Amino acid sequence: MSRRKDNYETSRWLKFKRWMDGETDPLSVGMDPIEVIPEEKMRERRKDFARRKAYDEELSRIRVSSAGKTEIMKARGIRYFQKFYKIMSVILCLGIILVLLWTVAALPVTGGAGNPANNEVAARYIEKGLQETGAVNIVTGMILDYRAFDTFGESCVLFIASCCVLVLLRLDADSKNESIRKMIAESDDRHFEPKDDIILQKCACVLVPVIMIFGIYIILNGHLSPGGGFSGGAVLGSGLILYLNAYGYEKMSRLFTEKVYRRTTLCALTFYCLAKSYSFFTGANHLESGIPVGTPGAILSSGLILPLNICVGLVVACTMYVFYTLFRKGGM
Amino acid sequence: MRLFECILLLCLVVCALSVAFTKDLLTSIIIFMSYSLIMCLIWMILQSPDLAITEAAVGAGVTSILFFLTLKKIRAIRKEGQDEQEEG
Repeated sequence: MSRRKDNYETSRWLKFKRWMDGETDPLSVGMDPIEVIPEEKMRERRKDFARRKAYDEELSRIRVSSAGKTEIMKARGIRYFQKFYKIMSVILCLGIILVLLWTVAALPVTGGAGNPANNEVAARYIEKGLQETGAVNIVTGMILDYRAFDTFGESCVLFIASCCVLVLLRLDADSKNESIRKMIAESDDRHFEPKDDIILQKCACVLVPVIMIFGIYIILNGHLSPGGGFSGGAVLGSGLILYLNAYGYEKMSRLFTEKVYRRTTLCALTFYCLAKSYSFFTGANHLESGIPVGTPGAILSSGLILPLNICVGLVVACTMYVFYTLFRKGGM
Repeated sequence: MRLFECILLLCLVVCALSVAFTKDLLTSIIIFMSYSLIMCLIWMILQSPDLAITEAAVGAGVTSILFFLTLKKIRAIRKEGQDEQEEG
């Protein structure tokens, strides 16, 4: 806190400022400035008040030692305010709980026949899903065909999240700042890796190929069996993390660097965006999309769902891996 | 099958409570992992294998690893070797 002049509290400027902020009435000089505030304003500015309260407390502690009568009054006012604050927060909490419970009470009964969830949308998904999307797995048909726009948003959210982590946690190796370079040198224990843990390496030797194949299977069979891009991508990402832990960064960097990450994610998202834009365009204008649906049950069927699944899987796998490396070292 | 379901749900509640009440952070993360695994089995019973796969990969796998890393970063986990060095 910056140091203030001793007579600042009584200065005209502070009074004017408080009056401008709408916190005090200049006519009621003797009253405690905090007590006259209406409730709504108090809720709005609670944070501001907390800060000011700390300041006032400190101030009053100093003043009380010089034992002025008005200062003691002021300290009492602050104590009243603290009690008021606690009571108000409890009331606010109870109010929110009541409103939420009231909303729950107004919801329709679970499983009722007339619920808004039982509308024609779900019936159409179930009846015509296979015919329209060509996906045996109705869930994937819904996610990547009827609601593909939502899934695109989700993939973008993952990408943005990894970018934010990159911005926050990345250590710039080319930085001219001495302290950052020192920090990198301290945190860089990569050359001690791999630790040649023989048990971990043998386990990884057996497990990683199986995990990878399972992940690829989930992604490629997303339209036929349970699974899809997101779950398959997560499995692939965990396989990559296991490999990294067993064999270290040097072996991993042959396969996966920051450049690879950027290019893969960008290509996948761009392809997704273009593909879905095409199908939205044709769908909105009642045109034939020209993408064959194929025979349901074959691996090359259900139109765009398979490539879209691959895209989502790549984005998710890369993001999982990048999260891990960034949390670990602040770089790839 | 009904009994199995009940046992799973009971374990779920026990896990959820013990995550909150465990003092050691490492232990609570491991209990959290087992919570995810039980949840994964429950998804299977509720006939949504999609969610089960995702829960197993994300809930039990990646999230826990990220938690471990964070604990290591804030030095809540210490290796045994480090302790010995500090003591010695």
